[in-house]
Amino acid sequence: MTMELDVFVGNTTIMDEEVYQLWLDGYTVNDAVKVRMDGGVMEECEASADVLLSDTMDQYRTFQMCERLLHSPSKLGNQLLFQIPPHRQAMLIERYYTFDDAFVREVLGKKLSKGTKKDLDDIGAKTGVTLKSCRRQFDNFKRVFKVVEELKGPLVENIRHHFLLSDKLARDYAAIVFFANNRFETGKRKLQYLTFQDFAFCAGQLISNWTVGAVGEPSVLFPSFVCYMDVDLDKEFLQELKELKVLITDKDLLDQHKSLVCTALRGKTKAFNEMETNFKNLSRGLVNIAAKLTNTKDVRDFFIDLVEKFIEPCRSDRWTAADIRLYLTHYNNSAHILDTFKHQVVWDRYMGVVKSCIFKMYHD
Amino acid sequence: MPGKLKAKIVAGRHLPVMDRASDLTDAFVEVKFGNTTFKTDVCHKSLNPQWNSEWFKFEVDDEDLQDEPLQVTVLDHDTYSANDAIGKVYIDIDPLLCSEAASVISGWFPIYDTIHGIRGEINVLVKVELFNDLNRFRQSSCGVKFFCTTSIPRCYRAVMVHGFVEELVVNEDPEYQWIDRIRTPRASNEARQRLISLMSGELQRKIGLKVLEMGGNAVVGYLQCFDLEGESGLVVRAIGTACTLDKLSSGSAPNTNTHMHPNTAPASNACNSPSKDGKEPVFGEDLTSSSGPPTPFRALPTTSSSPPPFSPSKPCSRQSSSSDTDLSLTPKTGMGSGGSVGKEAGPLKTLLRQQTQTALEQREFPFFTLTSFPPGFLVHVGGVVSARSVKLLDRIHNPDEPETRDAWWEEIRQEIKSHAKALGCHAVVGYSESTSICEEVCILSASGTAAILNPRYMREGCLDIGITDHRFEEPSPPSCGFCHIPYDELNMPFPAQLTYCYLCRRQKVPDVLFTTIDLPPEAAVTGKGCLIQARLCRLKKKAQGEVNATAISNLLPFMEYELHTQLMNKLKLRSMNSLFGLHIQISVGENMLLGLASATGVYLTALPAPGGIQIAGKTPGELSNEHHILTIQKRINDTIAKNKELYQINPPELTEEVVGSPIPEPRQRSRLFRSHSESSDEVSELDLSHGKKDAFVLEIDDTDAVEDIHSLLTDAPTPTGFYSCNTEIMPGINNWTSGVQMFTSVRVFRLSNANLTNQGLNKIFTDLCENLLKSFYFKLRSMIPCCLCQLNFTVAVPEEELIQVTVTAVAMTFDKDQTQEKTADKPPTKGGSETEEQLQFPLELCADSSSANCQPTSKISGVPESTNVSSRAASVDYGSFADRCSTWLELLRLKAHTMRRGSVKTSRRTQSLAHSVSSLERCSPLPEGRSRSLRSSRSFGGSSVTVVKMTPLSFLPGTRIIKYLGIINMFFIRETTSLREEGGVSGFLHTFIAEVFSMVRAHVAALGGNAVVSYSMKECMLMENPNKNQAQCLINVSGDAVICVRETDQEPTPSTTNIGHTSASATDEAT
Repeated sequence: MTMELDVFVGNTTIMDEEVYQLWLDGYTVNDAVKVRMDGGVMEECEASADVLLSDTMDQYRTFQMCERLLHSPSKLGNQLLFQIPPHRQAMLIERYYTFDDAFVREVLGKKLSKGTKKDLDDIGAKTGVTLKSCRRQFDNFKRVFKVVEELKGPLVENIRHHFLLSDKLARDYAAIVFFANNRFETGKRKLQYLTFQDFAFCAGQLISNWTVGAVGEPSVLFPSFVCYMDVDLDKEFLQELKELKVLITDKDLLDQHKSLVCTALRGKTKAFNEMETNFKNLSRGLVNIAAKLTNTKDVRDFFIDLVEKFIEPCRSDRWTAADIRLYLTHYNNSAHILDTFKHQVVWDRYMGVVKSCIFKMYHD
Repeated sequence: MPGKLKAKIVAGRHLPVMDRASDLTDAFVEVKFGNTTFKTDVCHKSLNPQWNSEWFKFEVDDEDLQDEPLQVTVLDHDTYSANDAIGKVYIDIDPLLCSEAASVISGWFPIYDTIHGIRGEINVLVKVELFNDLNRFRQSSCGVKFFCTTSIPRCYRAVMVHGFVEELVVNEDPEYQWIDRIRTPRASNEARQRLISLMSGELQRKIGLKVLEMGGNAVVGYLQCFDLEGESGLVVRAIGTACTLDKLSSGSAPNTNTHMHPNTAPASNACNSPSKDGKEPVFGEDLTSSSGPPTPFRALPTTSSSPPPFSPSKPCSRQSSSSDTDLSLTPKTGMGSGGSVGKEAGPLKTLLRQQTQTALEQREFPFFTLTSFPPGFLVHVGGVVSARSVKLLDRIHNPDEPETRDAWWEEIRQEIKSHAKALGCHAVVGYSESTSICEEVCILSASGTAAILNPRYMREGCLDIGITDHRFEEPSPPSCGFCHIPYDELNMPFPAQLTYCYLCRRQKVPDVLFTTIDLPPEAAVTGKGCLIQARLCRLKKKAQGEVNATAISNLLPFMEYELHTQLMNKLKLRSMNSLFGLHIQISVGENMLLGLASATGVYLTALPAPGGIQIAGKTPGELSNEHHILTIQKRINDTIAKNKELYQINPPELTEEVVGSPIPEPRQRSRLFRSHSESSDEVSELDLSHGKKDAFVLEIDDTDAVEDIHSLLTDAPTPTGFYSCNTEIMPGINNWTSGVQMFTSVRVFRLSNANLTNQGLNKIFTDLCENLLKSFYFKLRSMIPCCLCQLNFTVAVPEEELIQVTVTAVAMTFDKDQTQEKTADKPPTKGGSETEEQLQFPLELCADSSSANCQPTSKISGVPESTNVSSRAASVDYGSFADRCSTWLELLRLKAHTMRRGSVKTSRRTQSLAHSVSSLERCSPLPEGRSRSLRSSRSFGGSSVTVVKMTPLSFLPGTRIIKYLGIINMFFIRETTSLREEGGVSGFLHTFIAEVFSMVRAHVAALGGNAVVSYSMKECMLMENPNKNQAQCLINVSGDAVICVRETDQEPTPSTTNIGHTSASATDEAT
């Protein structure tokens, strides 16, 4: 039957979650019909392919009409065009902003610009995500970035408030925005083994410890009165990190640190010998990363530096994750016992993040 | 100065960007009423402007208040060029003019532009101060309430039903005026929208005046339609039923509703009706609880309860024939445009004993647009009456004197009236009118159900004490009374097979009954009902003018006949014996006619079981042919058996002898009235395969019959979990849960094949309808178990090769388990004994039974005090274990069951049983209500936008309507010049329908409402020109804005409807 026109409009907007997902995944109507047919929905209600096609078309149209509203989710709540129950609205928004880890891994840390957008078909081909879905995800990143970029206050909260996302998804977006803003390098071959969730965790650590917003404890009652930015790293802190250089430039301090760490580690791990021999190298690596963070270029290379300067040497020495944990804990704590080392606060703030990042990143 | 209208513009939001440079808008608002315009300040550079304007005050006549809408225009200020319009909001002031409706309009309205659709929202506040105008020559009719609902609105009671009101106004269509050549499409659309808004305001005001003249205060079943006649103009017409309604609530806080307190409410009902009217209290009480609104009629005659001196069935027909002559003597007055108002009773008439009847027959048109009635109102139903006429449109020369259009309708109504008379009926109920226009040809159609009504509700003059027409002292139980034939058995208007009623065994019933009304809630039904459709396409040669009109009118009777045959076959195939809500639409196109008949098939327990369908070949000798026939016959028999199971039709096998028609016309097919009137019968033919039942013979000697058989067997059964009907309520389903989904679906099919045959067309059309239904079932599968109610199909031929089908319906969920439980734990012994007892007096005389009928009456009304006391005690008992949901229903079922026994039998024991059970029933809502309110309280979700439910039914399951806020009647035009960009016609129409829904919801919410009942889409006219990338669509919707609340500890409205079914099913089981 060739239908000139075929519409179905419900007073309460009818949406099938399965079709919504197919639409989000960028399936064409015909492909979606095929998927649904294979899914066995036809047997369920004695439907024919015609019925399925007509239903899919209707739903696709509805989603297209909704898409404009989904771009500013707060509008979805008080628009009048579609009557959608609140829990369905939340589902629509959450799913619309959900992204493929494989895709986001490709654009993480890249500038969210037209240039990147042009590469989307390559990324799509590489990750197996349809171009349409890539565009949606990319535009979502860009949209969230644009809105949140200039806002004061905690990043995650801002995202959650403006886009009505779940906490988990808001945190992921915060990571994406943070990475895009600081342009962290994530695409190098050496970093390929890291997943988006690894980076998202690290981003969370950086956001909550190294940004301006991380310093002042925001009042619980009036969080909005504290004016700070969450997207940028705390410049002062980065300056102060230079002071940590003393740990490697001062020969005494370095030896002292080493002996403290080795005393604590002795007998506790099989990799003790490697730790002892590599101590100076590793310590230099970590402290140098800290000292260089004033340069934007080096900030971008933060993760690659961590891998090159610390994770790779450890891995080649076959340290276990427990070894890393043990080593870094003692490495961090021992610095406190050094009587000539005065930068305990900065040290903790630095090492706290680096430690948890490395823990997260130390896997195959 | 009778009124002051005040408006305040508060704010806007989500406005479109009008200034590309700044990505912002400098918005301001013009508020216009009549010729006065006010402006707000410009709110610079904002998409969410806050105007917070002063109160703009308009001092106007109430006549203008009724006619004119308030027009709010949002514009973008431009310093250098003309201001750009963003969009408009038309606000109908009418609901504010009635003290009982809304008091303020306040809320967010979508800003609508005919080219761009919805562009943001605006928050407006409107109030009206009315001054009393006692001028008796006034032109306004403020205060007359309008309802689209075709029953007495819940929370009102009908003091009196005055009768038919109609009016039409005509104008030139702005689209066809010369100025349209030079103005923009937007200006043209807006002119049209405004004109139609004005015309419907005027129409409503004029109808209101007629109602006031008749002494009424409301119009129920208000049906307004537009005829876009093109060159010849624009007609807006409306019909309705004038009533005097009384609000059941007094307006004070806790005790507003008479049935607020479950303990006292039914009791007070019982006191209201039976004590004042000592005649049928048992029925009365049963009915007040079984029909939706408890309507204790104050105006009942207080006659003694003495039995009528003679049997009611025979005099019935005799009287009606005598009144026929009476009628013809009645001088007809008031012809022409305003003429159909009911007149006062002539002095001559008062001499006669039939004055009860005069109440109806003095009226020019004893028509009622209602489809369901207060209990006791409908006495007998004759059958469907319909009339069609084909007219050639000419230019309306003088809009103030729309004589031709009026005369046309007058003619049709007269015809309907005479058909009704031929069926021995004095009234037509479920009446509606429609048109189909193609170029200059117009088919006017009217249809209704011939009926005999109880005149007590008609006219005060008839309610004189002591004067009663005995024919209306209906002794037959309400579950079957309406099925009894109204016409004279010896002088039947058409051949029909009559039998004694299978329920009361006292009066005759036809073998099949077709009606346009809803199934009376108290009717006894076996099994479930289902949607039955007959579809037909007929090709016609293209022609002009007179020739075309003649061709069409020659085709009409054949179409009606074929539709009728199809309906009958399909009915028999489903093993049912009656149709309700029958609606036959015939649509005319340039080269074809489309016919679509929809109805809900039901097995009425009172009517005989339908015979099967017998296939007969013309040449019995041929072997291959014989074999073919046998296969078809087997398929048909299988389908019938399957359907019986599907619809749970297992009527009791009664060994009653069929009382045949006294007119032996065994082989004649159903005769059609010259004017294509439908009759309630179809002749049954040879007694063949189905035992003693007569079978319907289909001879496959021609293509027609083959076609018939194919169309019969191609109807796919509804998938499991689904039911469908086109009436308000589904026979056999009564435990609705709160899931409601109203929807509109439109399909347009382009006929690609240039040389199609009738048969090919039929197939396409049938598939189109069937596929639509299939797609509904699929889409709504998440609601299973669910029923599609009020499935309203509209067909049109918008262009030469296009067929358009528009459907509006509601899907409602119901509790399946409860149904099963109810049928399962029915006490079978009682049913058995009931049957036995009943069979002892199968032909009990009416006089006897009516006297028997009166006994329990006096008994109950005699001891109201004790009833109350016992009821209270009982309520405690029941409350202790009534936490289960079904208890209330079980109780009612039990009660209904027993009530029926009580009402028919004379035994003391039965009476007392009935008595005690009924008293239990009075108090049982309390515990049930409590549990319900607990359940409902948790499921309210918070949202910033008021949820507005919409339904084409007159109620929302699980809720109770506490206030009617006024009628919603909106007309929109949408046009586009970028069809492809908007997603083609489908995208365009999808958006438009969604926009219309949202505007309806916004208006209802602004009135303070949360639901629209009796919603309907009257018009959905789509014109497209894909080559030019253009399309235009007109939509007209209407409904009643209401406030409804969840059922709390008050008497639940929908479940009162349930009772009717419960009683019906109980009776089924019993017989």
